[in-house]
Amino acid sequence: MALTDALKAEFDNLCTKYPHRRAGLIPALHRCQEELGGWISPEIITDCAEYFKLEPVEVYSVASFYPMFFLSPIGQHVVSVCRNISCDLRGACEITSAATEHTGAACGESSKDGRFYLEEVECQGACTNAPMMVVDGKYYEDLEPADVARILGEIQ
Amino acid sequence: MTHETYLLDRSKLADSHTLEVARADGAYGALQKVFESSMSPESVVGEVKKSGLRGRGGAGFPTGLKWSFMPNHETDSRTRYMAVNADESEPGTCKDRILMREDPHCLIEGCLIAAFAMRLDAVYIYVRGEYRLPYDRMQAALDEARAAGIIGDNILGSGYSCEIHMHKGAGAYICGEETGLMESLEGKRGHPRPKPPFPAGFGLWGQPTTVNNVESIFNVPFILARGADWFRTMGTETSPGNFLCGISGHVERPGVYEVPLGISARTILEDLAGGIWKGRSLKAWFPGGSSTGVLPADMLDTPMDHDSVKAAGSMFGTGAMIILDETASVVRSALILARFYEHESCGQCSQCREGTEWQEQIINRMLSGQGKSGDVELLVDLSKGMFPGKTICALSDAAAIPVLAAIKHFRGEFEACISSPEEILA
Repeated sequence: MALTDALKAEFDNLCTKYPHRRAGLIPALHRCQEELGGWISPEIITDCAEYFKLEPVEVYSVASFYPMFFLSPIGQHVVSVCRNISCDLRGACEITSAATEHTGAACGESSKDGRFYLEEVECQGACTNAPMMVVDGKYYEDLEPADVARILGEIQ
Repeated sequence: MTHETYLLDRSKLADSHTLEVARADGAYGALQKVFESSMSPESVVGEVKKSGLRGRGGAGFPTGLKWSFMPNHETDSRTRYMAVNADESEPGTCKDRILMREDPHCLIEGCLIAAFAMRLDAVYIYVRGEYRLPYDRMQAALDEARAAGIIGDNILGSGYSCEIHMHKGAGAYICGEETGLMESLEGKRGHPRPKPPFPAGFGLWGQPTTVNNVESIFNVPFILARGADWFRTMGTETSPGNFLCGISGHVERPGVYEVPLGISARTILEDLAGGIWKGRSLKAWFPGGSSTGVLPADMLDTPMDHDSVKAAGSMFGTGAMIILDETASVVRSALILARFYEHESCGQCSQCREGTEWQEQIINRMLSGQGKSGDVELLVDLSKGMFPGKTICALSDAAAIPVLAAIKHFRGEFEACISSPEEILA
């Protein structure tokens, strides 16, 4: 079983917020991804299905709908560069190029050493501070291409 | 340019997100006033109706009127909910994240007043999953407020009880559509529901529900504290109050500015945002996010309110202006948005699922020098077939409208992709 007792206890508490247990599924998948290896493995799907009293295919159907969930293993640090209009107008392409150059990964791929996963994403809601990228959930805004190597270089 | 402000005043204080600073600045004063003056829930709804507040999430529907759609509590004993839409993901729009990050207690106060007015049992604040800091700030503020007796049982000794819960989404634009949001909150794919039934009759878990945008609810404490008449001194007759204008793209000082509705787009661009960057001139602008039709430079004197922008042939939307300078390609902007809507279509309706993909393919080949004679007409025909009212929700409309507006005002740019592909590739 992938799901730890600590996570199950956390989910017991989470589900008290809702009249129906299933509402806790998406927040629970976030916690699984954070705690259990950075992606939603088949074991997590099966365990969450059991916990939420759903069929595994129902959990898979939900997990596969949302772009924030990864259904296959990816690099250790997730680098997401916004490609939408406000960022594009202010040089998002150069940010993506700098990230590709630093990590050696193409968009939608992990670097060979497994340190980074690079992706282009849609609007992250930081349009007045474009261009921007998100690294492991943290926003980096008002970027210049030269900032990318420095930021990624500081990631342990 | 000076005008009265209120939305962002508190956020200029150090540690504005803490209960101590917020309370010293008057937070929860409006809630206290509602309780102490023995206002009835109906009179709170009446005050919001009288203020003329219109929803700030994009549609501009009158907030008080929406509240009044909730069924009579005497004849309908079901559990009653509100979902606050903090799934902010309309490209260009980034105002709600500032409100949640800098002044979470004002949103909580607004939720509690709305909850009292509609006799709600619980409120869920649905925050897009990427907004970690705003979510954490909101959660910390809820915890502080709960410890201070402001949330939960017997709020501020009033005898009224209500819970507020945070809920995290996982990155899907369609969950900003109110019925998609409710499906997502229930732990499902964010597939919008056909309407009717409307949320007030059949919402979260089939119970009466109202869905309001963050900025809409954020206005409520000010309306109750200072009165509907005060609120109407700002903005226009049909769009009163201030709004948060996020201005992004090719400007000197992109930012989120608090301005009265009805202010001209030119004033926002030139006086607040410092004009077009690099000394260039304006080519085109989106008035209210990516789903609103792009407008040419000669319409920059349009007043930024719902009726005026509609009269100009576009929509006020979220009030998020996206600015394109003279060097920008309108066709490329259309491609970026087509790609976005194709990515975000939930796939339930064929007009949207197929239409957005075809839009993206056609514009993509035009920009790759592979455009065919008749492609502009094809794009127009295709987009016209995607709306209105042909799909469960308005995402299809949102994808079709910007493409049609771009062709309407900048047809020559699209045609040049086909007649002179070598220039596009260069």
